[in-house]
Amino acid sequence: MTNAALTTENLAVTYTGNREVEAVKGVSLEFPENELTAIIGPSGCGKSTLLKSLNRLHEIQPNVEITGDVTLGGRSVYDTDEPVPELRKRIGYVPQKPTALPLSIYENVAYGLRIHGECESKAELDDRVESYLRKVNLWEEVEDRLDTPGAELSTGQIQRLCLARSLAVEPDVLLCDEVTSALDPISADQVEKTLESLKAEYTIVAVTHSMDQAKRLADEVVFLYLGELVEANDVRSFFENPQNERTREFVDGSRPVEDDDDSNSDSEPTTASVSPGR
Amino acid sequence: MGESMESQESNARGGRLGRRLRIERLSSYWLGGAGYFAIGLFVLIVMSLVYQSLPLLSEYSVVQMLTSSNWDPAQNEFGFMPAIVGTIYVTALSMLMGTPIAILAAIYLAEYAEGRLKTLVSSFIDVLAAIPSVIFGLVALIVVVPFVGNYLAPAVGSSATGLGIFTVSLVMAIVVTPFMISLSVESLEALPDELRETSLGVGATKWETIKLVLLRAAGPGIFSAILLGFGRVFGATIVPAMLIGGQTHVPSSPFATGQTLPTLIVNDFGELMSLPLTQSALIFVGLMLVVVVWLFNFAAMLVRRRLQRRWQY
Repeated sequence: MTNAALTTENLAVTYTGNREVEAVKGVSLEFPENELTAIIGPSGCGKSTLLKSLNRLHEIQPNVEITGDVTLGGRSVYDTDEPVPELRKRIGYVPQKPTALPLSIYENVAYGLRIHGECESKAELDDRVESYLRKVNLWEEVEDRLDTPGAELSTGQIQRLCLARSLAVEPDVLLCDEVTSALDPISADQVEKTLESLKAEYTIVAVTHSMDQAKRLADEVVFLYLGELVEANDVRSFFENPQNERTREFVDGSRPVEDDDDSNSDSEPTTASVSPGR
Repeated sequence: MGESMESQESNARGGRLGRRLRIERLSSYWLGGAGYFAIGLFVLIVMSLVYQSLPLLSEYSVVQMLTSSNWDPAQNEFGFMPAIVGTIYVTALSMLMGTPIAILAAIYLAEYAEGRLKTLVSSFIDVLAAIPSVIFGLVALIVVVPFVGNYLAPAVGSSATGLGIFTVSLVMAIVVTPFMISLSVESLEALPDELRETSLGVGATKWETIKLVLLRAAGPGIFSAILLGFGRVFGATIVPAMLIGGQTHVPSSPFATGQTLPTLIVNDFGELMSLPLTQSALIFVGLMLVVVVWLFNFAAMLVRRRLQRRWQY
């Protein structure tokens, strides 16, 4: 692996509600800089939890306990004096469900910039908003209606709007939680293309349910199963020469026997082959 | 043989299906009927109020009655001004006191309180909302009235017994705030977590997220909650009747005694109903109450729809 932008050291996340569940069990990983790392695995195996624990977003839920550490550029994310909002500015997050803030298209992108007071003048803000909307290939579609509510866009456009909003505060790392799973194939394809174009500049960690998507997009692949790290490798070795028996089964599509299937969309080759973008 | 069994089976299935479809039709009829009944009831109430108000309206001009401040039914003087001003005073003061508290408390409960504390506080708020308002009136007579009369009114340089518009407003604020809190909490909690994650995910603080995103998204719900509170204060009868002191002039200050439209009805109903014009006047007061509440609900619905369509939450 090349330079690691983000690493986890023995990271474990436990939900301590009525029933104690260890969602992530001591995972140590390196996410290389300016590459896209895909996290795959069956539903409910801790993918999203792992992702959210990278920028401490899981902390908005009560009853979560965390051990181990995450470091960004060598600095700890948990053992730090840095205020959490400042940290989350450096590690952006895009949720699975395309979510427009109750603001205009323009203000959706300007949201983070305004909060952090990054732009001195309106002209500078205009420039930044435009350049990030261009970056996610949304500018042409919305330039004549920037004042209309973000919610009036299609879900695919909203998801690209979300990307623009996250990118606008210039994070080092972008966390994407199954960002194409709620989209129709065409929109998913557009979002994928956008991610493709972004990975040269950003370190991206993307949870995905689609093996095909991982194959197309990822540089590195991490396979998580029931909260445990099974295998992490570069995309070619991962799919062509899986080291672990369970990875081999998962890649071949014969799903692990213990898997309680609560989602049909989950990375079976049959669904993957008709999934977005092909 | 086999064929007949099959047809029997299909008959049975047809019978069962037929029955299910009949029930389906019936249920939609009577549910529709219930809906029309509600509309019919409202129309009937308004019509009978209008009809009973006609004797008054045929003798006096509406404008003159609404602007006259002389209320003396025994002398056939029907000026609604004092009651209208009293109602506006009470409603405005209560909402001014109750709304900010309700919104802040709702934010605390929905976004900050956790675990057992949250359960405890919400259950107490629900209990408060369920207490009959006559109890609030009673307690207020013992506690709030002396407090206002002995301390608060003198402190702002006015002398009062403690009964009056301010006392009513304070107590009504206490009565409706729990309602507004629980409704506002509901609309905040109904928001998807993605909104919070999205905002926090670009580095917003919790308070920024609440102020810029959540309050806006929950706006229609909170707005309805406040309007429901408004409706309750506007139509409140027992608390004003117990605490407002009853006086037929236009109130001079918030600490003055006064009357509201509903207290006008309850105070004069028994003794003066024998005078036909007075009865008609009181029914006209009822008509005003219904019309104002209806107009407000209608306007609220329009505003809520607009907001909802705009932000889609």
